[in-house]
Amino acid sequence: MTSITLTVNGEPITATIPPRLHLADFLRDHLGLTGTHLGCEHGVCGACTVRLDGAIVRGCLVLAVQADCCTVETIEGLSDSGEVADLQHAFAARNALQCGYCTPGMVMTAQDFLLHAPADASRAAIREHLSGNYCRCTGYEAIVDAVETTLNARRTS
Amino acid sequence: MKAAAFDYIRPETLGAAITLLSKHGPDAKLIAGGQSLLPALNLRLSAPGLLIDIGRLAELRDITLADRTLHIGAGCTHAHVMNHPIVQRHAPLIARALTEVAHPAIRARGTFGGSLANADPAAELPACALALDAVMHAQGPEGPRRIPAAHFFTSLFETALAPDEVLTGVDIPIQGDTQWGFAELARRTGDYAMVGLAAVARPGTIRLGWFSVGQTAILAHRAAAILTEGGPLEAACTALADDLPAHDDPQASAAMRLHLARVLLRRVVGAWGER
Repeated sequence: MTSITLTVNGEPITATIPPRLHLADFLRDHLGLTGTHLGCEHGVCGACTVRLDGAIVRGCLVLAVQADCCTVETIEGLSDSGEVADLQHAFAARNALQCGYCTPGMVMTAQDFLLHAPADASRAAIREHLSGNYCRCTGYEAIVDAVETTLNARRTS
Repeated sequence: MKAAAFDYIRPETLGAAITLLSKHGPDAKLIAGGQSLLPALNLRLSAPGLLIDIGRLAELRDITLADRTLHIGAGCTHAHVMNHPIVQRHAPLIARALTEVAHPAIRARGTFGGSLANADPAAELPACALALDAVMHAQGPEGPRRIPAAHFFTSLFETALAPDEVLTGVDIPIQGDTQWGFAELARRTGDYAMVGLAAVARPGTIRLGWFSVGQTAILAHRAAAILTEGGPLEAACTALADDLPAHDDPQASAAMRLHLARVLLRRVVGAWGER
């Protein structure tokens, strides 16, 4: 067992955990932050996407011990702070989710795109950034619509 | 889909990491970004007793340019390398190739040295290292040593590194009049390529580094010699049949791979125009 100290959604956390525990399981099972979903657990599907020290990562491909002394933000944090309120609204308005399983990871990745993309970013650029996040319901078109809508709205606001 | 239990140590220095690696032998594995290792652990393809985390060692994170040599520390993440102005200016092949490595969330963690030391034959960076005639820096209990890229990738996921050696960085020779090209074919963005090419033309030498065509990344010597001597592109395409040990696998047949390799060679070298 290893002791770690980190910040999760602005809250200081100390925990004692087995080294094999990955960050997504730590968030879900130890902290009750079940918005971070687990799909494949080998880095393919993107459902477990969280922010680690400001960059999006696969929660299943980071050990919780590797997040020691780091800052973690999850979909709960981004949602509660209102950072992605417009994006979430666009997802609902554009019907960019059906079962919702991929949605937290998709919103985390889309927000990462929106924070770094040029204002005139293309749909192709949106698709490329989201290409590591799988959705088995929507066919992606509505998701790209929602991200594009938010990009345009933020540009003019 | 959960890793087997292991112990974990994050040493403060490279020296301490090497000492631990020597002490624990094959039961220990180095972890940096973990973007290839953790899937293997989660799938239980690998079950080491100890992980030695070198991911935070500042001494492995330098990117410097001196004496016409670009040095990239093994611990630099893909995202850091591809966005670094020195790399973009002096080794644009590397910056370009990294855009094809997986996805942003993977590139934020995966490391330059990790990808090279993992020696996946379908990975982009080993082929780039071959094409750029890079030199690997390794450090072990006996001290540092340098290994030319051409001697580094020895077999499937195997390198010339000794079990107690750590890849610390890579030197890339920089010449002003270098042409380069990169192309790969994958069914989806971010997937491993069915075939890929990193090509570098320096005065008097053309090097063609291929990936996803065999047990290791590989240089196509015959095709490169034809191009270096100013021979026709189609002759080089023909020679690829002897250069590349194209193989059948679930992604592509050997014949399809060879065909696609020729498509890539025409695209990349064709774009260089009249030489």
